[in-house]
Amino acid sequence: MLEIIRTIPIEHYVIYSSILFAIGVFGVLVRRNAIVVLMCIELMLNAVNLLLAAFSTYLSDAQGQIMVFFIMVVAAAEAAVGLGILVMIYRNTKSTDIHLLDNLRN
Amino acid sequence: MTSLLMVFTKNPVHSVIYLIITFFLIAGQYVLLNAQFLAVVHIIVYAGAIMVLFLFVLMLLNLNEDTEPRASAMWKLMAGIGSGSLLITFVGAFRGSIQVNIPEQGNPKIGLVENLGRVLFRDFVVPFEIAGILFLAAMVGAVLVGKKENKL
Repeated sequence: MLEIIRTIPIEHYVIYSSILFAIGVFGVLVRRNAIVVLMCIELMLNAVNLLLAAFSTYLSDAQGQIMVFFIMVVAAAEAAVGLGILVMIYRNTKSTDIHLLDNLRN
Repeated sequence: MTSLLMVFTKNPVHSVIYLIITFFLIAGQYVLLNAQFLAVVHIIVYAGAIMVLFLFVLMLLNLNEDTEPRASAMWKLMAGIGSGSLLITFVGAFRGSIQVNIPEQGNPKIGLVENLGRVLFRDFVVPFEIAGILFLAAMVGAVLVGKKENKL
């Protein structure tokens, strides 16, 4: 295990997580389907999770992995509530286009 | 490396499948990081529960490529510029600024369930209970939101 840590520097994980996070941001910005937007949010949460686990292993400290657990809890709750709201929105507007939901602007 | 596959995630509406593949790859990263319990929990929670939920809603709403709203090219360009500059900012900010002192003998059992459980139930009991309450609130909220409007 220590050989892996010595051969792969932590910067690789940082860059990898940054790429994942940027892809998630791109997805949130560019997609108009609300379900795909929620999925991209999950992707961003996963990028953060991966970075936390990487630092936890590199410092051999278990607290980072506990934080990953709590982020997973929040992600699961968010997905459940978000999809419930999405189904309700679809029932009202017959669409999942997020650009229909700018009523508050007017 | 694996993130090339996630770029393809953006194109079709069955991006759910690609996202599941992505989650499995991230679980593989956890295994490589010696966090086996985390990898198993990740597969169970994400690939097992959340993605099934997403697929279920996707099927329930009967969405396919015809009903998929399209973003304009300018919007795509702006999003690409925004996320690209965010990526450049992250990489530029973190490169060279991280000094990690690797311990000489790391504990290789840190990701196993024994060690994690000990930490979770000794140092993190209160956040654990709060997480339970959060789950209960989310469950009640989801049921309440999912009900018919006139009964609310």
